Amino acid sequence: MFEQYLAIFIKSVFIENLALSFFLGMCTFLAVSKKVETALSLGIAVIVVQTITVPVNNLIYQNLLKPGALAWAGAPDVDLSFIGLISYIGVIAAIVQILEMALDRYFPALYNALGIFLPLITVNCAILGGSLLMIERDYQFGESVVYGFGSGTGWALAITALAGIREKLKYSDVPAGLRGLGITFITVGLMSLAFMAFGGISL
Amino acid sequence: MTKPKEVLVEPIFEQNPIALQVLGICSALAVTSKLAPTLIMCVSVIFVTAMSNASVALIRKQIPSSIRIIVQMTIIASLVIVVEQVLKAYAFDVYKTMSVFVSLIITNCIVMGRAEAFAMKNPVGMSFLDGIGNGLGYSAVLLFVAVIRESLGSGKLLGYTLMKPVTEGGWYPTNGLLLLPPSAFFIIGIFIWILRTWKKNQVEAA
Repeated sequence: MFEQYLAIFIKSVFIENLALSFFLGMCTFLAVSKKVETALSLGIAVIVVQTITVPVNNLIYQNLLKPGALAWAGAPDVDLSFIGLISYIGVIAAIVQILEMALDRYFPALYNALGIFLPLITVNCAILGGSLLMIERDYQFGESVVYGFGSGTGWALAITALAGIREKLKYSDVPAGLRGLGITFITVGLMSLAFMAFGGISL
Repeated sequence: MTKPKEVLVEPIFEQNPIALQVLGICSALAVTSKLAPTLIMCVSVIFVTAMSNASVALIRKQIPSSIRIIVQMTIIASLVIVVEQVLKAYAFDVYKTMSVFVSLIITNCIVMGRAEAFAMKNPVGMSFLDGIGNGLGYSAVLLFVAVIRESLGSGKLLGYTLMKPVTEGGWYPTNGLLLLPPSAFFIIGIFIWILRTWKKNQVEAA
């Protein structure tokens, strides 16, 4: 049991890193990776949101939307999986909003550190992607908690690493047309190539 | 007042959503290893961007600004569900290979970004054209990447053999790297480089 959870965790952090092997959350990944500090706080926010939303969406899918899931309500033939998308994005938006209010009330320091990034997480594809991949693989509740935490951690790791590289990159002489966005793409490509080395691990 | 033609053409090279505005890279890169799914992705994104822009513009005066994000999100999500159901019905194989990426059009920042930045302030017709223009700008980059990746990576394009690979008794040693995800980053990086060498005003300050 424990081994299986550990395998999902390692897999979601390294082998199937959301940012570097599925390219999810790229917009924020490229836009907010100029400083290590901001990248790290965004990473933490993503971990928190991901750890909550993936299990909640898992519960919704397993108990309401899955074909035959409504059997407990006396309707075993109903298949609501087509409205999945709207439900998941609604759940994500709502949880981000609640989290924002809760943080503002109980942890004002963390709330101020995260600032604008918290609401922006709603439109981060890594969050929705995490929920969708979880459903595609049909994880059970326990697995989905581990997967949510692991995939969030993987994304946070990737953005912090990229921010570290970009801080150093400021001092290098890049050709004019490649400056800024261009060189960042190539850096991410190299990082992603390096992460592919984990692909050989089978768990 | 900007002209309809400018609204349509400008996003392709002058204001390219991917190369300049850093929007919509998220869901795009993973589908570009083959041309066929890329084409479907492009058509879906153009459809969703244009329709969501038009719908948001239509009710822009009725949306209270405090809940506009949710309203936009619901419109976009409904359109994406339509696309997804159509693909499931008529192109199931492609739908399978694209896995979650069709659904991820919802969080594709181009759609959301244009609804917020353009459709909230402009009339329906212009917003529709802006949606198509941005969809085309996105497609231009995606097709560029997909053509390079599929033709050099496997020597084939849409199932036709361009260069016969060594493995099938031909002369072309296939470049396996181009079929792997990281190559998409290199190609987009190079695309940006070419674009900015051509249009000097897009170069970022050091």
